[in-house]
Amino acid sequence: MGRYLLRRLAFLLVSLALASVVLFVLLRLLPGDPANALTSVGASPEQIAAARHSIGSDRPLPEQFTHWLGQLASGDLGTSFVSSLPVGPEVSARLNVTVPLTLAAFVLAVVVAVPVGFVAAYKRRTWYGALLSGISQLGIAVPVFWLGMILIAVFALNAGWLPSGGFPQDGWAAPADAIRSLVLPVVTIALVMGASLIRYVRSATLDVLGSDYLRTARALGASFPRAMWRHGLRNASVPVISVLGIELASTLLGAVVVESVFALPGLGSLLATGIAQHDYPVVQGVLFVSTLAVLLIGFAADLVQRIIDPRLRGRLSGGAR
Amino acid sequence: MSKNSKRKASLYGTATVATLALGLTACGGGSGGSGASSGTWDKSATVNIGSLYEPQNLDNTAGGGQGVTEALNGNVYEGLFKLTDDGKVDDLLAEDHEVSKDGLTYTFTLRDGVKFHSGKELTSADVKYSLEKVLADDSQSARKSNLEVVKDIATPDAKTVEVTLSKKSISFVYNLSYVWIINSEAKNLKTTEDGTGPYKLAKWTRGSALSLDRFAGYWGDAAANKKVVYHYYKDATALNNALLTNAVDVVTSEQSPDALEQFKSNRNYKVNDGDSTTKLLLAFNDKAKPFTDVKVRRAVSAAIDDKKLLDSVWGGYGKLIGSMVPPTDPWYEDLTDVNAYDVTKAKKLLSEAGYAKGFSFTLDTPNYDPHPTAATFIKSQLAQVGITVKINTITPDEWYTKVYKNRDFTATLQEHVNDRDLVWYGNPDFYWGYDDKQVTRWVEQAEEASTTDEQTDLLKKVNRRTAEDAASDWLYLYPQIVVASSKLSGYPLNGLNSQFYAYDIKKKG
Repeated sequence: MGRYLLRRLAFLLVSLALASVVLFVLLRLLPGDPANALTSVGASPEQIAAARHSIGSDRPLPEQFTHWLGQLASGDLGTSFVSSLPVGPEVSARLNVTVPLTLAAFVLAVVVAVPVGFVAAYKRRTWYGALLSGISQLGIAVPVFWLGMILIAVFALNAGWLPSGGFPQDGWAAPADAIRSLVLPVVTIALVMGASLIRYVRSATLDVLGSDYLRTARALGASFPRAMWRHGLRNASVPVISVLGIELASTLLGAVVVESVFALPGLGSLLATGIAQHDYPVVQGVLFVSTLAVLLIGFAADLVQRIIDPRLRGRLSGGAR
Repeated sequence: MSKNSKRKASLYGTATVATLALGLTACGGGSGGSGASSGTWDKSATVNIGSLYEPQNLDNTAGGGQGVTEALNGNVYEGLFKLTDDGKVDDLLAEDHEVSKDGLTYTFTLRDGVKFHSGKELTSADVKYSLEKVLADDSQSARKSNLEVVKDIATPDAKTVEVTLSKKSISFVYNLSYVWIINSEAKNLKTTEDGTGPYKLAKWTRGSALSLDRFAGYWGDAAANKKVVYHYYKDATALNNALLTNAVDVVTSEQSPDALEQFKSNRNYKVNDGDSTTKLLLAFNDKAKPFTDVKVRRAVSAAIDDKKLLDSVWGGYGKLIGSMVPPTDPWYEDLTDVNAYDVTKAKKLLSEAGYAKGFSFTLDTPNYDPHPTAATFIKSQLAQVGITVKINTITPDEWYTKVYKNRDFTATLQEHVNDRDLVWYGNPDFYWGYDDKQVTRWVEQAEEASTTDEQTDLLKKVNRRTAEDAASDWLYLYPQIVVASSKLSGYPLNGLNSQFYAYDIKKKG
């Protein structure tokens, strides 16, 4: 396990390094000049050159890249071209919205989807089993922004129970307000995420239900709950966990849509603004942090799977899931 | 989602044109306000303002964008002069000023007892510093080019500023209304402030909100409310929802005409229809064929039914304009009859110009509302006179490079947000390439006029000439729609995209 962890850590660092090169280069390939955002029209060539110089975009790319890496190594994400604010605190302020949002939605989705998916599989021949899987199918088809707008219309505009959007300016200093403003976005993400999770849990459970080992366990006299507990759940959870990892990562990155519907100052909206303004330090900072998060989530999912399923421990590590 | 991404693009575009194109920060409203209702109001109220224009940073000489003007101009920072709702210039930090006989030396006397938020007293050195900040090499102030006539700034004593110009500039005092007076010792102006206004900055949370607190040491009448918070939204629907749920009390500039009905039919809200200075232009490249021919430009202008376009985009709001001049500019004249909609006349002009069978051209169209709608409309209108329009959709960034910098276009759509921007037709090097020696001379003479009457007469001539020449086709003037809770009064109506004086806003308890 120790060697596995080391290898896995090395893999993580290499991935991060590769990702940082790719995102640095791709960003530079985008059309547009950050100096445009910094100079007014009618700016003389000297002024534009001065603007480029002030943000360092006139230096050779390798030099800019090593400069950035150097900053990263010392835990500094740089300074925004546009606002002159340091990127690091800005990213962490946005994470204060995006991380609770994503995690709460994730937990809610799992708590709902696992039992529902199990019931949908186990009772697939009853009317409510069919209904549950029908509803989850519908949930997958619903676009997240549309669902958000419906929830706003019902619970904010009509009932007036919850705010339609926004986040307290003082953030978590007013916890009750912060939580209130996250309820609808959390539910929105959880419903969409939960719907697809139900499908995965259902099919993983169906696989297990039809398996030889479960039939054998039953034939040897184990009750269904006991056979399921000892053999079934463990086997069903392995594929589900890798799906969970992917879902969590994609929600973290996909929160931009929900953030914009609910006007939340999260990581996604920072990224969108940064791209529009060619604010490279901001875009790099956000993408770097998200990449790190996605890699860590993948790592965690892998680790959990190996703990659950001893067969995976012999497998060569380092490969893609 | 698509609506949202369009909004983002639109904000970027508006800000770009606001700073780049016209050298005049959009503006012009005063503190006039909605019919100030009688009765009592809550002097310790917090007013929540909803806006789509978040500042990029807090420095208006460093690319802060129109959001920083909206939040800080007049509220946190003050100029020597202030522009009122009807376009007049009032004294603000300048108590008095004199102009020398040759019109080249301006002597300003500063008001007594003015303090910065840091506690320091205002002196002439701060005024000199602030002017020089706008004129500095690294300044991105949209006003910089207008103020380049400043030759010398002297401060004979702490209360007096003497500015010498290199040539006469009748707009000098008007231009000064855009120059913020800043404490010369202030630091970190992109993230903090030190102004003299009725509010001081409480907190700026990027991506979310900016709050201002009433400043106890203000030299003038204290603000009518204790605190204002500008809440920033990227999406017009989210902003309207915030208004419907009382998360905000007022929306500075409604950009979603479809949403107006729900407020109009609700007694808890008031929809105010003000005058903006934002014009939607079909800008020809007057140096590119076939738009070098005045008859072609006039034909195209006459072939497009602007009224129908305005109705389809804005319902009953907005105005038709026959030139670059909105009603709030002093030299406004109704010129909508010049090149009015007339298909028969358009066809006649086309055949006179040798295009009886029409022609085809590419229309560079920014990818955000309302440009794609307008482009499609123009395409169908011009098809009726035999002109084929190829719509080329581009991003604001591409527009800036391709059209504005490189002049690589035949015709384009663009919104121009600023007041008093007719004068750009006097500059043959501007992107649209209109070049009329007489107009250029009139514009120069107007700037060097001795009286505003003289200036107004000359610019009226420019107005008429450019309209007759169909230098561009001015499709319509945007409405300026402020939607507010009916508990609110005293907010600016013509706040014109970029400013929003908040200190007169009264909120009933």
